[in-house]
Amino acid sequence: MKQQKIGSWIAIIIGTLYFVVPLIGTFEFSLRMRRGEYSFDAYRVVFADPRFQATFGYSTLMALLTIAVGVLIVVPTSYWIQLRLPKLRPLVEFITLMPLVIPAIVIVFGYLRLYNTSSILPLTGSAHSTDLLLVFSYVALALPYMYRAVDTGMRAIDVRVLTEAAENLGARWPTILFRVILPNVRAAILSGAFLTFATVIGEFTMASLLNRPAFGPYLQLIGANRAYEPAALAVIAFLVTWACMGLINVVGHGKQIKAAP
Amino acid sequence: MAFLDLSDVRKNYGPNTVVHKFDLDVERGEFVSFLGPSGCGKTTTLRMVAGFEVPTAGAIRIDGRDITRLRPNQRNVGMVFQSYALFPNMTVADNVAFGLKIANKPSSEIKARVEEMLNIIKLPHLGGRYPYQLSGGQQQRVALARALAIKPQVLLLDEPLSALDAKIRVSLREEIRSLQRSLGITTIYVTHDQEEALSMSDRIVVMNEGRVEQIGTPFEIYNHPRTRFVASFVGTLNILKGKVVDPAAGKIVIDGQELFASKRIAHLQAGEACSAALRPEAASLHQSELQEAAKIASAFGRESGPRNRMVGTIEEVSFLGSVVRIRVRFKENAVSLDTFNNPNTTPPARGMQVTVSFAREDLLVLEGAEG
Repeated sequence: MKQQKIGSWIAIIIGTLYFVVPLIGTFEFSLRMRRGEYSFDAYRVVFADPRFQATFGYSTLMALLTIAVGVLIVVPTSYWIQLRLPKLRPLVEFITLMPLVIPAIVIVFGYLRLYNTSSILPLTGSAHSTDLLLVFSYVALALPYMYRAVDTGMRAIDVRVLTEAAENLGARWPTILFRVILPNVRAAILSGAFLTFATVIGEFTMASLLNRPAFGPYLQLIGANRAYEPAALAVIAFLVTWACMGLINVVGHGKQIKAAP
Repeated sequence: MAFLDLSDVRKNYGPNTVVHKFDLDVERGEFVSFLGPSGCGKTTTLRMVAGFEVPTAGAIRIDGRDITRLRPNQRNVGMVFQSYALFPNMTVADNVAFGLKIANKPSSEIKARVEEMLNIIKLPHLGGRYPYQLSGGQQQRVALARALAIKPQVLLLDEPLSALDAKIRVSLREEIRSLQRSLGITTIYVTHDQEEALSMSDRIVVMNEGRVEQIGTPFEIYNHPRTRFVASFVGTLNILKGKVVDPAAGKIVIDGQELFASKRIAHLQAGEACSAALRPEAASLHQSELQEAAKIASAFGRESGPRNRMVGTIEEVSFLGSVVRIRVRFKENAVSLDTFNNPNTTPPARGMQVTVSFAREDLLVLEGAEG
């Protein structure tokens, strides 16, 4: 028993060191821009850079649009599968896992072949339509996280019985979906949304190959030319990601709506 | 014309027929229970009335209006689910008000109706609570209030008490029945609990394997079961196997002892095998002929009409508190009978030879060769 406890503690310590030491190292390095003393100069430079603001703002917008489109696609799909087509669940799960299996670079080259300027649907023809393509590609990229989060939420409530209860009281489909189902999977949708945000905000491959001014390519550009600022940006990106994780926890455990026992 | 009318309703899932030719007329204000084991088609039939399942054939009418193909939200039928199905994101008051809001009732009317319903279910102070803050019994009451708030033409209850513990189940079933009586609402109640069905219903529909076995009052179902299934499913029952001797006289032989049934046996021939049913409470136990005569004469002022007698040996004595259950074996067959516990008398011992007597009208020969 005691040996087991010691083993667990050793595993925890090794795991913590593995994750924390590089972070501490990066953070410490980001503070050494001023010779001989610690300072936040690297952060000051990063925040003052108009490209940082532009790319971060662009990626934030893309992330929000991705979340909106993702929710509109995933929630009704998951609801319908739960309610009427449970046999399709394995197939849909397989499809949603594809972006984890197929590298982003393969997907984006596929997009470029399908939607180039000489195709039937020339989405790469203008900046706005390329933004649209980028949003859709992000939706595909974040699909495993969004679908799993929403599906888990749907499974936690008895979708079929709640739907029938609402229908029995005279409700139609839009009312059932927006007033009964959505509020009860709100925490799950927000979890999916934060995971999507964390995925999109630092995404490099798709934004770079579609030539969009996103935060990921900016990180890469700074990393290639500067010393201390990339470390500061890495810490900032890390904090944004962890803030998202924290928000998932807050939303999940805050005003939690429990299913009736 | 019946208020709720199900005529020739059938339901198939692919090649499987789950409800065969279901015919039922329910009068306005009547409380009818569908009773049967799991998978007998009772919930499917209820769901067809609610509109969640579409019948493969047949018609369902409420107050003369054909609702067979209407969507559930167009039927004005209230339903209470086994798992309560309260909306977890809404308070008790919001749950009760949901159907009224959907119907675009004025807010003053909604408020008054919600208050009225919460008073009816005796939870006027819990309007602001969420479902997870209520006990199972309270949740089911709220579900009932929500279903009744929209003033449905028919109330459907799908095993509403099966998730509750025994004591709450008994008190809540009395509340449901008294509420149903006071509102005069036509009600269909699905249950697999025969005690629930017997104690609450005006009529019971006993179902088995998608078929209606018998429709009748609780008294008829319990005392005059038409089939062996009804007899064995409703209450405890002794099934005795024997042979028909004289169908016209209702005479049969069981383990070599001649007995008379309640009526002539129209469906069987002499020499055919038969099954007879006897309720445990219908039989009396006697250690001597004298004791038997005295007991019969004093039994609830009943006249000691012609009775059947069987001699056997006590095989088992089970003390059940207020009742002592005694099993008497003859040869192939055995009979369990119940006697009230008397603290001043020791229960009879195993191995004792005794006479079991019962009125002719209590011995029921069941339909079908083997009942």
